[in-house]
Amino acid sequence: MRSAPTPAQAPAATVPLAHGSIDLWMTVGVGLRETWAHKFRSLLTMLGIILGVSSLVAMSALVKGMEVGAKEALIAVGGLQKVRVEPQELPVEQRHLQEQAVGITINDVYALQASAPLVKRISPEIRIPATASANGKNFRTFMCLGVWPVALELTEHVIAHGRMFNELDDEMARSVCVIGTGTRNELWGSPEEVGREIVPLGETLYVNGLPFTIVGMFPHYESEQERKARELARQQAALQSTNAPAATGPARDRGRGRRGSNFAFWIKNATIYMPLNTAYMKFRSGITYSGFRGSSSGEGNIGDPRLSSLELKIHSVDRLAESLQQIRNVLMTTHRGIEDFSFRTQEEWAENINAFIRNARRSGGLIAGISLLVGGIGIMNIMLASISERVREIGIRKSVGAATADIFIQILVESVFIAMLGGLAGLLTSVALVRLISSFSPTENAPIITVLALSVAFGFSVLVGVLAGLFPAVKAARLNPIQALRYE
Amino acid sequence: MALVELRSVSKIYHLGGEEIRALDDVSLDIHEGEFISIIGPSGSGKSTLMHILGCLDSPTHGTIQLDGRMIQDASTRELAAIRNRKIGFVFQFFNLLPKLSVLQNVELPMIYSGIATRQRHQRALGALQAVDLANRAKHRPSQLSGGQQQRAAIARALVNDPRIIFADEPTGNLDSHTGEAILALFRRLSREGRTIVLVTHDPEIAAVTPRRIEIRDGKIAEKVDLTLAGLDRPPAPAVLAP
Repeated sequence: MRSAPTPAQAPAATVPLAHGSIDLWMTVGVGLRETWAHKFRSLLTMLGIILGVSSLVAMSALVKGMEVGAKEALIAVGGLQKVRVEPQELPVEQRHLQEQAVGITINDVYALQASAPLVKRISPEIRIPATASANGKNFRTFMCLGVWPVALELTEHVIAHGRMFNELDDEMARSVCVIGTGTRNELWGSPEEVGREIVPLGETLYVNGLPFTIVGMFPHYESEQERKARELARQQAALQSTNAPAATGPARDRGRGRRGSNFAFWIKNATIYMPLNTAYMKFRSGITYSGFRGSSSGEGNIGDPRLSSLELKIHSVDRLAESLQQIRNVLMTTHRGIEDFSFRTQEEWAENINAFIRNARRSGGLIAGISLLVGGIGIMNIMLASISERVREIGIRKSVGAATADIFIQILVESVFIAMLGGLAGLLTSVALVRLISSFSPTENAPIITVLALSVAFGFSVLVGVLAGLFPAVKAARLNPIQALRYE
Repeated sequence: MALVELRSVSKIYHLGGEEIRALDDVSLDIHEGEFISIIGPSGSGKSTLMHILGCLDSPTHGTIQLDGRMIQDASTRELAAIRNRKIGFVFQFFNLLPKLSVLQNVELPMIYSGIATRQRHQRALGALQAVDLANRAKHRPSQLSGGQQQRAAIARALVNDPRIIFADEPTGNLDSHTGEAILALFRRLSREGRTIVLVTHDPEIAAVTPRRIEIRDGKIAEKVDLTLAGLDRPPAPAVLAP
């Protein structure tokens, strides 16, 4: 009945390594039963992991939401390729040359067009502090600008209704303008208030008392989040309106409050654009030289050739420093070495956004890491308790031939199993947590749960399970079988 | 060649500077198919001897040959593999895992020898049939009587078809009637050709085996070998007749 092995046969050679073929499913089954047998204890054990995983996911969702909102706002104002040239007070060592400072003029534009190949587009701007009146109402616009038609591209505007004024309008200094929806809303009412979209093309708009014909209007700019929220609300309103036809759509957020990215969109909507020459001819006495308040030389004089600022678009963000140097070289020539201008780039803003995101990630990650650590300690604690309850079981398993590695793997699998279960529960909790947070504080940036965040959080929970299981597993595997069998 | 050959085996413990010789220069041969009892009072060293024979422990001095292989210097992993394939244990307190069913308990050794689930199942059922316990396969150990539990433990010891079975006080936790049934089972297994070593403190139980080895103070004190006298089995009392 038994095949007698030849004595020459070494058992180690004929016996395969037992632990290599241990039935993983059986072990998982044992782990599952263990976990189920101590439901409440297992839940408490998992709580740390659940909290850690869900806070990790929720934190990353919040940060991701902010990041997306900030990036959207950044793109809405023209992106990183935009460089703004503004007048600046002279540096101290050049103060005595103030009388000779020419300021930013149209000459700079032509010089840059001719000699700065790294600059893709140039748009001179004249900024007018304007009160717009029409339809019996007044509105102080955030921006009333005299620009070239090319400004459309630089400021990321599109024309939704009518047309943009063209070169001919500029050449002839015609009294035409293009307005943003913010201006329209203030003077004629928003679609939500009126119940229909008013497009005031051909209407006369008075800017500081002078009549202008509206030839075009921009679309309503808003963040993705805002748009989605509004669409959702509109759908709901449409559903309700079958019963109550009086209900109109909910109001657009005018973003008046200086809150985060929405302000950028409000600025973009509350505008009036007119041809540069028109602005120059009609308002040259009232031009704002932003950032140049200190000097009064020539300001407001008739024939003042100065512009408010230049908007430039460079070819590539990678060559930003180079481009700025080139622009500077050209402008230093036209300004005869007097440094009465400065650059403003979006780089700083982008850098701020990135720094903020980085910090938020770091601190949130730290908090989540601590709760995962605590969860891991909880698992280790329970595993240690569990193996001291099961010393005899380990002895029995060893006596029937379980190798050290088999016991090690069994305990480790149980630990990882608890951690994974906690991780999965944490992922579910995180979804609820994110909903809870966004209902508590409805910011303009909805949290975004990414698959990456979910998998990283889950991966961490598994890692914690492995780390927490290592020590108990080693301890269990090293038990002496004889003493373990005697253990009462 | 004998199945097990012990040569001058000693096991020495050190307790607070004091040297304790649990086994002192023991030499012993066990042949294939033998039914042996190791008898001695508690503390005599019989358990130590069984642990060393059963590859749960290594001797301090001396050599052991099991099934043609010297194992005194084997690693813990090799010892685990030997325990798994060549040795079956039956304990006084049954030592079944309470959370597993009887069938799963019997399957346990085969899990560690990497046998496929289906085959494991069949062999475990076969082993349970051999001890008349197949109808209790799905029960938990706690749902069985003491004798049934011990039979399940014997099935577990048999399931990997070991070269030798060690039974450590197998009747110590049973009433006399059930104990006798278990002994009868061992006798039957012995007749089927199994090599069985019975460790006990009770001379009456030792009396069922043809060969007895008495241990006292770590040394072999007495050997009784009825097989040498031409008696293959001791005269069985009527109650033990199967």
